[in-house]
Amino acid sequence: MRPFSYARPGSTADAVSQFRDGAAYLAGGTNLVDLMRLGVTAPDHVIDVTRAVSSQVDERESGGLTIGAGVRNSDLASHPLVRERYPMLARALLSGASGQVRNAATVGGNLLQRTRCPYFQDVTMPCNKRSPGSGCQATAPGADTAHLAVLGHSTCCAATHPSDMAVALTALNARVRVASPAGDDHAGAHVSTANPDGTRVIEMPGLHRLPGGIPERDTTLRPGELVTEVELPPPPGGRQAYRKVRERASFAFALVSVAALLDVGPGGRVRDCRIALGGVAHMPWRAHTAERVVLGAPPSAAAFAAAAEAELRYARPLPGNEYKVTLARNLITDVLGELLP
Amino acid sequence: MPGCGGRLNQAAGRSNRPCPGYPVAVMDNAHVTLVSLTVNGEPRTVMADNRLSLLDLLRERLGLTGTKKGCDHGQCGACTVLADGRRVNACLALAVACDGASIQTVEGLAGPGGLHPLQQAFLRHDAFQCGYCTPGQLCSAIGMLTETGPSAVTADLAADPPLTPGEIRERMSGNLCRCGAYVNIVAAISSEASSGGEAGDPLAAISFGDTAPYPPARRAAGSRAGAS
Repeated sequence: MRPFSYARPGSTADAVSQFRDGAAYLAGGTNLVDLMRLGVTAPDHVIDVTRAVSSQVDERESGGLTIGAGVRNSDLASHPLVRERYPMLARALLSGASGQVRNAATVGGNLLQRTRCPYFQDVTMPCNKRSPGSGCQATAPGADTAHLAVLGHSTCCAATHPSDMAVALTALNARVRVASPAGDDHAGAHVSTANPDGTRVIEMPGLHRLPGGIPERDTTLRPGELVTEVELPPPPGGRQAYRKVRERASFAFALVSVAALLDVGPGGRVRDCRIALGGVAHMPWRAHTAERVVLGAPPSAAAFAAAAEAELRYARPLPGNEYKVTLARNLITDVLGELLP
Repeated sequence: MPGCGGRLNQAAGRSNRPCPGYPVAVMDNAHVTLVSLTVNGEPRTVMADNRLSLLDLLRERLGLTGTKKGCDHGQCGACTVLADGRRVNACLALAVACDGASIQTVEGLAGPGGLHPLQQAFLRHDAFQCGYCTPGQLCSAIGMLTETGPSAVTADLAADPPLTPGEIRERMSGNLCRCGAYVNIVAAISSEASSGGEAGDPLAAISFGDTAPYPPARRAAGSRAGAS
């Protein structure tokens, strides 16, 4: 591991002002420390932000929640208001990692964790995300593609975003507040709202991006921007679910996961439907196409199957991960069926 | 600036052995930090390379080799310790980030009265074979027993469910056992969770938190924790 200097600033402003090229923000460390040990990333200055961002969950007047970026995954999962009002979020958090990891991992770090693509984590392999221009072993013949993307990938990167929490936050229309270094004029920001206090707000899934030709960028954050809070809108009506399919019963990343919400109005027609997929793309995948099929129509198993089919019609599986398309289609159909009143 | 106050002067910093492949010149005082933490109730201060993990600090610098290094990637749980009462993977924590923390390792579980009740339960149920994962299993289970709320297998999210074998398996999924002693590990934890503990409260013997590494009765009896 490359030697690095370390600081633990006590405020967001101090943390952001310390950022420079080659620095990295550290929170729970469950991903960053591992990547540093693997040699995937080698910061020369580590800024520990655990005392620079909030670790509180606050209820807003609207009924929504403001979640500090430093809140540990386990604390958020066990929070009474999250369990009561945002069950898909509690379920997503509880299905991620292990008890030990959830105790250390934070909300901000969970959002910004890197892909677990085996070729990204293996420094002896080419990887355009880790080493831009070196090539993509994941899309080479014979690659192990079982965990890779089927939607929105490019010829130079087929990595998936590994978070469960971010999938639920996407379906819940959560907003991520980030603090920007001074002097940043927010020009060219993607889905941004500049605020006088030097923060901007990004609605999920706009924090993440598709790889295109620059897979080294996981997110729409600019250098030095720090996630400080996640804001949850007031709890939506209807029923929620999060279901994750993985290779073993616990402590494994999703092959495919689905966060879904279904609200059927008094007239028997769907008035709100949200579907987000995990494990299929470089970002949490909001299934707008499927949602549009379901919205306004009477809910039925046939409608849900048609919605899933519409969403997956343009999936482009890699050799070896075709199963994900079938799995995602079946999961969407089944989870929506489970949410019928 | 927090975390920077205790750096070595430059000459002393260079006495640290550099990582192979990096020039000695980079091992200056910017890359080491004075770390103060409490380990099993005793205050400890170590001048640590910023790259040092909590696990290596415990094993290599403090000689507490009870905590085991398995995968060193947070996947096996052999290095599980309690940090401020919460179970964490010591391999994924930078020692420097633990400045000010209270760490409990397997060495600190037994009190003057003998083994911790969960250690006794592991013996009673034959809950290990080679023993390598056992320190992590013990610390993880003790942390787990203090945690509240549902797990991924709990049907009702509002519930604080009883620790059925299914709940224990899910909650202990961060600890692997290559010998496959899981059946007896679950039985040992299950018996400890349902035994009611010494004072009728299932957590009485194990609910030490931020400030009380041992239950009051044990501390009063002159355990090492009392010295802190």
